[in-house]
Amino acid sequence: MKQKHGRWYTAVQALRTRLLRSRCLTATLAALTSLLAGCSELVLFNPKGPVGEIERFIILTAFALMLVVVLPVIAMAVWFTRRYRIGGGKEHEYLPKWSYSRNIELAIWLIPTVIVTALVALIWNSTYRLDPYTPIESTAKPVIIEAVSLDWKWLFIYPEENIAVVNELVFPSGVPLAFRLTSDTVMTSFFIPQLGSQIYAMAGMQTQLHLLAHNPGSYFGQNQQFSGTGYAHMTFEALATSPEEYSAWLDKLRQSPEALDMGRYEKLAKPTSGYPVTYFSSVAPDLFNLIIGKHCPKHEPEDSPGPRDQREPEDGSRAMRGEYSFKP
Amino acid sequence: MFGKLSLAAVPYHDPIAMSAVVGSILLGIAVVALITYYRKWTYLWTEWLTSVDHKRIGIMYIVVAAVMLLRGISDAILMRGQQAVAVGMSQGFLPPDHFNQIFSAHGTIMIIFVAMPFLSGLMNIVVPPQIGARDVAFPFLNSLSFWLTVAGGLLVMLSLGLGEFTKAGWSGYTPLTEMQYSPGTGVDYWLWAFQIAGMGSLLTSINFIVTIMRMRTPGMKLFHMPLFVWNSLCTSILILFAFPVLTAALAMLSLDRYLGMHFFGTTHGANTMMYVNLFWMWGHPEVYIVILPAFGVFSEVTATYSGKPLFGYTSMVWSTIAITVLSFAVWVHHFFTMGAGPDVNLFFGVATMIIAVPTGLKIFTWLLTMYRGFVRFDSPMFWTVGFITTFVIGGMTGVMLAAPPADFVLHNSLFLIAHFHNVLIPGALFGYFAGFTYWFPKAMGFRLNEKWGKRAFWGWLIGFYLAFMPLYFLGFMGMPRRMAHYANEAWHPLLLVAALGTAAISFGLLSQIIQMYVSIRDRHVSRDLTGDPWNGRTLEWATASPPPVYNFARIPEVHGRDPFIEMKEQGTAYQRPEKYEDIHMPKNTACGFILGMAAFVLGFALIWYIWWLAVVSVLAMLVTIVVRAYDDDIHYILPAAVVERTENERFRRLAAAGGPASPPFPRS
Repeated sequence: MKQKHGRWYTAVQALRTRLLRSRCLTATLAALTSLLAGCSELVLFNPKGPVGEIERFIILTAFALMLVVVLPVIAMAVWFTRRYRIGGGKEHEYLPKWSYSRNIELAIWLIPTVIVTALVALIWNSTYRLDPYTPIESTAKPVIIEAVSLDWKWLFIYPEENIAVVNELVFPSGVPLAFRLTSDTVMTSFFIPQLGSQIYAMAGMQTQLHLLAHNPGSYFGQNQQFSGTGYAHMTFEALATSPEEYSAWLDKLRQSPEALDMGRYEKLAKPTSGYPVTYFSSVAPDLFNLIIGKHCPKHEPEDSPGPRDQREPEDGSRAMRGEYSFKP
Repeated sequence: MFGKLSLAAVPYHDPIAMSAVVGSILLGIAVVALITYYRKWTYLWTEWLTSVDHKRIGIMYIVVAAVMLLRGISDAILMRGQQAVAVGMSQGFLPPDHFNQIFSAHGTIMIIFVAMPFLSGLMNIVVPPQIGARDVAFPFLNSLSFWLTVAGGLLVMLSLGLGEFTKAGWSGYTPLTEMQYSPGTGVDYWLWAFQIAGMGSLLTSINFIVTIMRMRTPGMKLFHMPLFVWNSLCTSILILFAFPVLTAALAMLSLDRYLGMHFFGTTHGANTMMYVNLFWMWGHPEVYIVILPAFGVFSEVTATYSGKPLFGYTSMVWSTIAITVLSFAVWVHHFFTMGAGPDVNLFFGVATMIIAVPTGLKIFTWLLTMYRGFVRFDSPMFWTVGFITTFVIGGMTGVMLAAPPADFVLHNSLFLIAHFHNVLIPGALFGYFAGFTYWFPKAMGFRLNEKWGKRAFWGWLIGFYLAFMPLYFLGFMGMPRRMAHYANEAWHPLLLVAALGTAAISFGLLSQIIQMYVSIRDRHVSRDLTGDPWNGRTLEWATASPPPVYNFARIPEVHGRDPFIEMKEQGTAYQRPEKYEDIHMPKNTACGFILGMAAFVLGFALIWYIWWLAVVSVLAMLVTIVVRAYDDDIHYILPAAVVERTENERFRRLAAAGGPASPPFPRS
């Protein structure tokens, strides 16, 4: 995302470069990373894709930077408590009127300011880079998946294959995944912790998310936004496979006797908890947009920009943010 | 006749709910029986329920907060208990719908019915005497605010035994709270309890802004005000600007639910995310509304117990003002994952991080106040140091959440739960407890037991770490919040540790109950005869404990900060005036109580669709307001002779106690 930058931005960048080159920080981060990766259950520290990897880096760097203030504060609190308490043993000077020092006050304004500036430098680029709407750069053609949250299950439509599946997500590893999401019920959040970012799915609106898994593996996916009675069971398995396994899986789906026409969809959309994994060999045409249109009758299926988002991303495609797509 | 209300609304089938109902009813009967036995009904009515005295209203606020804290913690114990067992095949002891009610009630109660009344109580007890005033600007309004808060609290308690409470979380996100997805009475209970108590808070804020701006004692400039007054002022300003947003959002949601309008639904051009925006436009300032008064307490406590003025007063005031302003520019960080663009997210992420600057400054300021002081380690200082060391961790994780890329994986996880408890428990609750202990002798006339106070502190501190540190790691393990059941066995051990934490916190709470009992039992030994038990620095200590109804026989004149220390040093602290004068005081009135109860009935009627009752209660309110408006006999004059008698009595006690308290540490 190249932009013209001002002097302030350049200064921030310089600080950022310094920060990232700092040996102390690097060593701390390396130690932290290896320590935390040792426990495989800490899934956020064992990311399996590029998005999660950068997010891990941000979390750990922010943590290390904040320690610069947090550790001295705790040390000072312990030290002052021991040193200046009545009956603390040692004699010490008592300054009953001392309440002002220009230099110290300047320092306590400046120290947090410097840390915060460093943190801002840290997140400036990554916020753009990790925008869930930004496609992941890759030579492979992305797999497009349309995710619909229902009470209380996930429906995944593969529009290019004209198939759909409930509560199971299978995709080839090493290939970018381009999700489009909506909800046919209350707001939910689509999240596969080991792959990285989550995004809300909202009725009448469409959001986007781009993920990638480096290697084959089974990861858990879930709804991260409370959505009522069956919320706790709104989970699914996310299976990254080799290309061969993926095409075998697609073949298996095409054999399924079930077809997801509008009647079947209405049945599926009824509130249920613990819905079994179900395969559909065909999908009603343009179902995803019809679901959005249910809540937002003037929805126009093509990727028209929302009224407040006329921005054109570099890849030429027009992004539609999570908002109403009807034109007033 | 009774709208949706029928006997089916009583949860007979639910043993847990029913035992809570029966327990509450028995407790209520016991209280009523005791009052009747001791023939205290008249006393209670004339001296307390109809009182417009800020000190009495303050004490009643804290009683409400304490009762609701017990309820909130019971909810927490049930949640932690459920998550400790509901793994794999076990479904635990709470069905999802009951679990969902419990966490929704926990959040609503802790914020609206514990934190808000507690801080209002402390402000009521402390602010007027700290600025040398005889009461707040609008004493009747103060009583009304209190009874509106009580009305909201009663609705929440009533939902226990009649119908249900909301199952949609304390934040009431649409469209889950719309009629289509939550047709029950639960959301309506939540809606009206929130709305009515919110009105009370709004009126309190107006009252305190006017009190602080207009009623300071002669000579007290803004930059002479004690930090607690500054923080109360900033909190009141925050309430004044934030609560109307909540009121409007809840009103629109009510229109959706009651009249089928389409503000926040999913169809007809409604916008669900507008609700989420409006809610947090109130919700984030709300965090600072509950935290700033606690920051004020820490400032007062640290200075008094260190025997030194607060370090960096001016910086401290400006940092408070900075937080007040900035807190309105961060609300989107509650939903970075909505799909707003990186420009929006970056703005709100950076604004959030900037708040760490004034907050960080405050931490250093408290530490530097201890530097080269003689620090008495009584329990308020325990709470303060416990706060400093724990709160910085919460601040650190807050900054991590403020980074949009990190929030994309931490959002709505248990990491978030750990973070905001890590900020609110030490930041707000520890502060209230410190202030409660510090000003208890001022309000009640005797000191709290120190031994049990310190036990309570250790229970809370250790309990906090046990209950919430595991939640940070569970967040890293990918566990979302609000799970009634989970399949992942790896999360189980840490949830067991967290459940252990609630046991330790319960020990802390139990210690506080015992502390109250022991302190009342020993009140004759620990009586504060001087009015200044801690060698205080500010004006509230210049009067008796508890203060007479008029606070100050003669309005003190001040020349700078920490005026009482100055008076003590110049030997003018306990001077009698040459002549006492008549004092105008506001008369007690039942109007506040009646309006509050009418608001309660109105809420009840609206929740159960009993329209005639709603009309009756609105008419009752209107009549009360008109009667009150035409009542010109709202003041009385306390004759100089009575004032003199009261003051003579005070000086007699002071002499009997051996004169004013001598400071327990050397003076330079």
